[in-house]
Amino acid sequence: MTDELQTLLADTCTRLFTDRVTPALIESAEKGQWPADLWQAVEEGGLTLPQIPEQHGGAGGTWDHAQVVLSAAGRFALPLPLAETMVGAWLLSSAGLDVPMGPITVAPTQPHDRLSLRREGSAWTLSGTASRVPWGRNAKHVVVLVESGGKPMVARVPGGAAKVEPDTNLAMEPRDTLTWSNAAAAAAGTFDGLQPDSLWLAGAMARSAQMAGGLEFLLSQSVKYVSERKQFGKPLSAFQVIQQNLALLAGHTAAAGMASQAAFHAMEKGDAAFEIACAKVRVGEAAGLGAGIAHQAHGAIGFTYEHTLHFVTRRLWSWRAEFGGEGHWAERLGREVAARGAQALWPMLTAR
Amino acid sequence: MATFNFELHELPPEAEKLRQEVREFLRTELPKLSAEERPRTWGGHHPEFSKKLAAKGWIGMTWPKKYGGHERSFLERYVVLEETLAAGAPVSAHWVADRQSGPLLLRFGTEEQRQRFLPPITRGELSFAIGMSEPDSGSDLASIRTRAEKVPGGYKVNGTKIWTSNAHLSDFAISLFRTQVVPDKKHEGLSQFLVDLRNTKGISIRPIYDLAGGHHFNEVHYEDAFVPEELRVGKDGDGWKQVTTELGFERSGPERYLSSIKLVLELLNEVGKEPGERAAVLVGRLTAHLNTLRQMSLSVAAMLQAGKSPNLEASVVKDIGTTFEQEIPELVHALIGAEPHLNTGSEFEKTLGYLVQHAPSFSLRGGTREILRGIIARGLGLR
Repeated sequence: MTDELQTLLADTCTRLFTDRVTPALIESAEKGQWPADLWQAVEEGGLTLPQIPEQHGGAGGTWDHAQVVLSAAGRFALPLPLAETMVGAWLLSSAGLDVPMGPITVAPTQPHDRLSLRREGSAWTLSGTASRVPWGRNAKHVVVLVESGGKPMVARVPGGAAKVEPDTNLAMEPRDTLTWSNAAAAAAGTFDGLQPDSLWLAGAMARSAQMAGGLEFLLSQSVKYVSERKQFGKPLSAFQVIQQNLALLAGHTAAAGMASQAAFHAMEKGDAAFEIACAKVRVGEAAGLGAGIAHQAHGAIGFTYEHTLHFVTRRLWSWRAEFGGEGHWAERLGREVAARGAQALWPMLTAR
Repeated sequence: MATFNFELHELPPEAEKLRQEVREFLRTELPKLSAEERPRTWGGHHPEFSKKLAAKGWIGMTWPKKYGGHERSFLERYVVLEETLAAGAPVSAHWVADRQSGPLLLRFGTEEQRQRFLPPITRGELSFAIGMSEPDSGSDLASIRTRAEKVPGGYKVNGTKIWTSNAHLSDFAISLFRTQVVPDKKHEGLSQFLVDLRNTKGISIRPIYDLAGGHHFNEVHYEDAFVPEELRVGKDGDGWKQVTTELGFERSGPERYLSSIKLVLELLNEVGKEPGERAAVLVGRLTAHLNTLRQMSLSVAAMLQAGKSPNLEASVVKDIGTTFEQEIPELVHALIGAEPHLNTGSEFEKTLGYLVQHAPSFSLRGGTREILRGIIARGLGLR
């Protein structure tokens, strides 16, 4: 079912990221430098809004296309809020609001953070604190999902309208605390189908694609390393125990890719809660196991900052926990499946 | 590095329509089975049920009509397989013939062989076993020694095959013999034969009971057994190429992750509609794996339908699928800790009893986990 555009997008991402996302660039981003040129190149390359309709400034593609771009971003440890921009832009365009240029982030990303959106005349103002907002300090726009007047609403506030307390995740990606006090929203709206957990679900889905891509990197990097590194007079790849471990990594990588594709495709069709839960559970599990196998294959060199393996493994360890870890999603999914009963399981799986 | 190519694939409407037909059929025709029999699925032998499936046109579904087949798609066949397995239907009487013996004959058999063997398979009247392993040749299949010596009109066979599931219940076994001894080239000189298990002088079949006391394995001993020339499959000496193709048919289907589905369903009954946190987490995790494996297995079926040879992908599905179905009894035990039962106890306890004992075989049959990972490693370019 892969269409030509998916193949084209994958090639475009690979070319651009190979060229631009160098270890030096990732390192400088980890030190807090916003890679403005890279963002511009990615935006000009038409990669930031693959699934957004053309009338809203997007590429007019599908969520399947977004999956291709986000998994490539994960493969290269792209230090940009690409996932957040796609999710934020989706919320805006679904609510019939304009999608502006520039990096977008989303909030809240923590279930316990509460924001309030109040109407004052024809204007809307935002107050409250959201923690661990990805690239909160760099985003040009923040898209929030807030319950207002008993219904979920989408609003956009300009970046810079909040007080920022910087923090990071394990991979030194910005995860900042933003506080708004009566900040004026640039736009607000809602749409049919918007749920209080729509952002939580979309965020989990986006991370599943990034992790699936990260696992692809771990697999190719590990295959390359064990083929080159010699011990006992032969390449590591000649040892059966190494072969077996990498075959296991290949299985997890393949499963992660499939689970993530299924989630994005279900999103395109409309109802994706089941597939997203499956993806975050399966891909998150693969991420932890895969990172372990890749590090074991690389030995001590893979544990150094100098080697690039950690650019991806540290991201995997953060991403699998962001927007709910495997335990959270497994419990949610398990409750839903159990409530339907044994007789409903198989018909439910085959109806998806 | 070679990459895997798992693409998401949705079933076409005709396959979904067929799914409803299969469910309707199973509602009325699925034999009443005990809790110990239900988890056997493709180990459960029930020739009358196989004939009923055949009458619906669900054996040899993808084969040409001129051989009794129905020229339906691999995806439609996939739906029939997954529905029958998920329901715990006893399908072993036709399973091997439908999955690999028939396709092997279609690919490598003579016109006479196809006309003679395929139509009765599609009617559920002819059952097959697989004669590959020997006492000294398990994973190292190319080291087999059973000798088929050329004699006028055919071959004289001497040697022993082992682990031959259902040899005592089957009509024929497609068997791999050494027709020529080529020094230092063990993959050469092998040939495949259709062996008539019921009517060949010099064949004796001895049961081998599994650890649970069940009889599906056999040892098949050949002593000067005559196999006619016209029952050789493919060219003399082409056996290795054919047998690896045949093993490929074995490795991608839904039987490679659904073996413990009955226990998942019993677990759901056991934990109820409002499970505790640990139970909910387990149910969710199993569901996530099940759904992902199903998508992967479907993806392989779609590649087969498109005429590709997804050998690497099939090995990946079998490796992670069998790992999954094997860990289910362990995870269920860790959660609930009920004593597994043999013949008494609840449906849940008996299902657990059956699967705890049979799970070790899941990563042995059809190529061990280690062999499969070796195939995957070769695909990755590591060997």
